[in-house]
Amino acid sequence: MDRDPALTLSRRDLIKAGVGSASLLSLPLVAQADASAATAAAPVMAEVSLEVNGTPRTLNVDTRTTLLDALREHLHLTGTKKGCDHGQCGACTVIVDGRRINACLTLAVMHDGDRITTIEGLGSPEALHPMQAAFVKHDGYQCGYCTPGQICSAVAVLDEIGQGIPSLASESLTARVRVSPDEIRERMSGNLCRCGAYSNIVDAIAEVAGSRT
Amino acid sequence: MRAFSYERAASPAEAAAAAARTPGAKFIAGGTNLLDLMKLEIETPAHLIDVNALALDRIEKTDDGGMRIGALVRNTDLAADTRVRREYPLLSRALLAGASGQLRNKATTAGNLLQRTRCPYFYDTAQPCNKRLPGSGCAALEGVSRQLAVIGGSASCIATHPSDMAVAMRALDATVDTVAPDGSVRHLPLEGFYRAPGTTPHLETVLNRGELITSVTLPAPVGGTHVYRKVRDRASYAFALVSVAAVVQRDGSGRVAVGGVAHTPWRSNEADAQLPQGARAVSARLFARADPTPQNAFKLQLAERTLHAVLAEAKG
Repeated sequence: MDRDPALTLSRRDLIKAGVGSASLLSLPLVAQADASAATAAAPVMAEVSLEVNGTPRTLNVDTRTTLLDALREHLHLTGTKKGCDHGQCGACTVIVDGRRINACLTLAVMHDGDRITTIEGLGSPEALHPMQAAFVKHDGYQCGYCTPGQICSAVAVLDEIGQGIPSLASESLTARVRVSPDEIRERMSGNLCRCGAYSNIVDAIAEVAGSRT
Repeated sequence: MRAFSYERAASPAEAAAAAARTPGAKFIAGGTNLLDLMKLEIETPAHLIDVNALALDRIEKTDDGGMRIGALVRNTDLAADTRVRREYPLLSRALLAGASGQLRNKATTAGNLLQRTRCPYFYDTAQPCNKRLPGSGCAALEGVSRQLAVIGGSASCIATHPSDMAVAMRALDATVDTVAPDGSVRHLPLEGFYRAPGTTPHLETVLNRGELITSVTLPAPVGGTHVYRKVRDRASYAFALVSVAAVVQRDGSGRVAVGGVAHTPWRSNEADAQLPQGARAVSARLFARADPTPQNAFKLQLAERTLHAVLAEAKG
């Protein structure tokens, strides 16, 4: 186990008869709950340490807690939004160890030791991230609910293009990926905007991409 | 979501052993499908075995010039791998046609193969579904079946397998490598990996209890022109109505697998042999035993036309 063993799990329930202590010792981190019907609903708590926007945070959470709920309900970083809670809308997009993911479809306990960047970590009202500034300039939103996810996703999209990761819109799998409206639209398809600000979102991202090349 | 206990596995064999001895245990890797289903209480594991720390995230060349893809290689990394892009472009294209950027960053190779159907009746816990609740019936047969299977189904289930990646892997003759709780390993051709639904649609693969996928192996590249074409209701981030994965050689021979039509990527040697004769001949062989519903019979024509477009593209 090469990850931080700081994760400790409380054992609210008795260890199952079928799991002996020897096998427990052979496993680095185990949270046990009695799986029988009578106690199946008992929550299991676990400790997890995250680095969120550069700050180490340690939480004691129900194992069911998604990364999204850990950010919003435990750390009160409410910039990251819960839209569908099923990975379909992208409102919960955050950047974990440099990659964008849906925070609603991953468990907090699966991220021990990970570096999380949320919209609060990209910029501040006094010092906007260039992508935030471009969204303001191009009016890339109406109600604003999907915007933090759009911006986190957009920042990661430009990194992905920079790394040469292809998309379905890339004509060649071997040539250098070029930023284009088609590339931006395809790569941003996991972020829905029910207000329909898409064309302005594409303009904002294209402007930031242009300023980098 | 039901409460569950959680552990991190230290080795593939230990993960398999833990899964075999722990009632209600499931592996979790990317989690993008499992957590979705757990929130809906369609999946209700009592125990999760997190396999993310296992060293199964490498892409290696095999001794015979093929490729071994670790079970935990993320969809994004597999699609972007230099050798995959050059030698198995069909696989890159199929992966990039699936899901969203965020999901591909998390979803794994093994998890992609084991994802569950998106049949709306499987997802709706108020409806009967033999896959979700064996013996409860199938609401899809008389229901909205536009998205569902046209071949290989049964009177119990007409769900489709939703993966794009698996369709390309089937055309590339992939093998699924596993480890069992006793440490023994198996190499299962993807061809026989998914069980036909029959009367037991809840049994989806030939994996045994606790058996863990460790990698997927591709034979040496076969050359040819690789084309993956996916037809769906919107241009991006939607499951296939029909998808076609084809490798076509200069002499017109090749192989073709079709997605969105069955419980498994659909391919046959007899149909492959018809490739030089064109899309109609291939489609006739592939779908000779099709049994569509009135709502999804259009898929047969759509598959033939998609195949026609793919073969035209392959010819250049």
